[in-house]
Amino acid sequence: MTIPTSSTAQVIPGQGAMATPENAKPGKKAKRQRFLFLKNKKAAVGLVVLFFYILFGIIGPWITPYDPSARSNDLLQPPSGDHWFGTTHLGQDVFSQVLDGTQSVVFVGFLAGTIATVLSVIIGITAGYLGGKADDTLSALSNVFLVIPAVPLMIIITSILDNASNLLLALIIGLTSWSWNARVLRAQTLSLRRRDYIEASRATGEKTWRIVGFELLPNLTAVIASGFIGTVIFAVLSLITLAFIGIVSNAGWNWGTILFWAQGQQALAQGAWWWFVPAGLAIAFLGTALSLINFAIDEFVSPRLRSAGKTKLKTASGGTVRMRIGFTPVLSNSAEPHTHARPLPGLTPGAATPVVREAK
Amino acid sequence: MKYFLQRIAFYLFTAWAAITLNFFIPRMVPGDPVQSLISKFRGQMSTEAINSLYVLFGLDDNKGLWTQYVDYWKQLFQGDLGLSFTFFPSPVSEIIGDALPWTVTLVGITTVISFLIGTSLGVLAGWRRGSWTDGLLPVTTFFSSVPYFWLGIIAIYLLTGPDSFFPSSGGFDSALVPAWDQYFIPSALQHSLLPALTILISSVSGWILSMRNMMVTVSSEDYITVAHAKGLSERRVAVSYAARNALLPNISGFALSLGFIVGGTLLVEIVFSYPGLGFILLQALGAKDYPLMQGIFLVITISVLVANLLADLAYLLLDPRTRKEG
Repeated sequence: MTIPTSSTAQVIPGQGAMATPENAKPGKKAKRQRFLFLKNKKAAVGLVVLFFYILFGIIGPWITPYDPSARSNDLLQPPSGDHWFGTTHLGQDVFSQVLDGTQSVVFVGFLAGTIATVLSVIIGITAGYLGGKADDTLSALSNVFLVIPAVPLMIIITSILDNASNLLLALIIGLTSWSWNARVLRAQTLSLRRRDYIEASRATGEKTWRIVGFELLPNLTAVIASGFIGTVIFAVLSLITLAFIGIVSNAGWNWGTILFWAQGQQALAQGAWWWFVPAGLAIAFLGTALSLINFAIDEFVSPRLRSAGKTKLKTASGGTVRMRIGFTPVLSNSAEPHTHARPLPGLTPGAATPVVREAK
Repeated sequence: MKYFLQRIAFYLFTAWAAITLNFFIPRMVPGDPVQSLISKFRGQMSTEAINSLYVLFGLDDNKGLWTQYVDYWKQLFQGDLGLSFTFFPSPVSEIIGDALPWTVTLVGITTVISFLIGTSLGVLAGWRRGSWTDGLLPVTTFFSSVPYFWLGIIAIYLLTGPDSFFPSSGGFDSALVPAWDQYFIPSALQHSLLPALTILISSVSGWILSMRNMMVTVSSEDYITVAHAKGLSERRVAVSYAARNALLPNISGFALSLGFIVGGTLLVEIVFSYPGLGFILLQALGAKDYPLMQGIFLVITISVLVANLLADLAYLLLDPRTRKEG
């Protein structure tokens, strides 16, 4: 997490304050800060982990050392060189099952996330932008979906539609989980549509679809992105839940199916911890990675939320000062009270700037 | 007051939508589910039960959809949710009535505790930003990414055993009969500790995060600076000025999250074989017991609606701005 070098916070008196702009050669266009988002440590970690999940989601089924459903004579083996995550009661390789299961989890998660996001964008922005009757109807619709508990509904629908495929599951999850984002988007659109630039483009006679597509949407990107990530997390957990209850029988391996078998075969009672630990950790790490990306988006949009660096400072007299937003601590070497402005000789550059910045 | 009436109207509307949804769900079942059920029970069903099944699945050709819908409502108002297949021939309402107190007690108390702990930790984390409390976030994020039920499995594996204090399943000692006496209540408490802990650990992080973010936002408001300038104690500023104002969004979030919590805790009950709604739902799923499933969904929805209404009331009491609106 670093503050962009172009930020004014970087200009520190006594350090060649305006050095950065002067370095730029005249005539050469100032280079725009690209991939700024990636400089956030949380975003970087989250994206790298997510990349590996997607990678294994694509190539997973080809690189499994064993057929995930094939039985063998190594029954309930603990992890070893042959079977990295051990084996099941039928001698199936747990590592292969986890690898193979990545595909359906990633597929359902992202497809459901996409469906829900598209729905929420359409419904949320329409409601927020048009207002009036359309707003009332659409808000009521999304509030109803928001209040009806999604997971029990999903469980019942899935159990009625026997042997749902991954595609159908993604559809069910997506259709039941869009309402929260729609609500957030509607609120955001409401606050944006009265801004000057929107009024201006309306006054110049821009068409509604153009205002929405080119003026509104770009300013909603962060909200939409964080809603998407949130829905993916929810979709992954829902899929695992459905599979764990055992009502998703036909959709191949996924981590929930592994847990379902582990639970059904009393893996606990037999001490076979390797049967359910890897799948659970896989879920947890995927969820953590996605949450990290979401935190990073939040911090990107609202820098205040960044976890502050060092907020406690030792003064020369031995006391400690805690920095807080809105406060400008005055630090001095001398214990005597300072009544008028004067240069502070003991001030370390950067230490006493009221702007909260990263030390690293 | 007008606001409150609007909310009530909205919840009535939502309840209607949920019930209507519930009416249509069994009608989505492809094929003739009744026939397969009858063959499953091999003639042990009475003609009356078979008839009620046909009515339930909307396969009763004698009536139009509208008449069926009206009949469905009539049944609901009489508290008649049909007969369960799994616990044949007990009515669904009776089975749910037995299970509901368990779920409500477990989930209700745990949710409130989780909310209180999470919110206070969030106040701390937001106020002391930059101290060790920032380390709390990644840890709790990890725990909230873990599915509730998996945490439960791990807890059973690590903490229960033949001579452990924690029982691994059930809601009370099987040797006891449910009653309000000095034997049953401690046993029920003991059995609920581990499920409660599981729910607590995985749900607390959401509260911490949202409260922290609100605290950080509120901390830079002018009135906080004024409070500091007045020389009020740190504690007073943090609690009476910052936290008090930061709390509101968390309260409305509390209401909305109830639906998710209920969904998540169903599985905890399944893992711990806790005799609540989740456990019954699992049995209903196994037996394709549609009347029972429908009944459970209806009860969960209505309890979530009631909880939301209560949260709205609390909001009305806490935030004078909502009162002025009408």
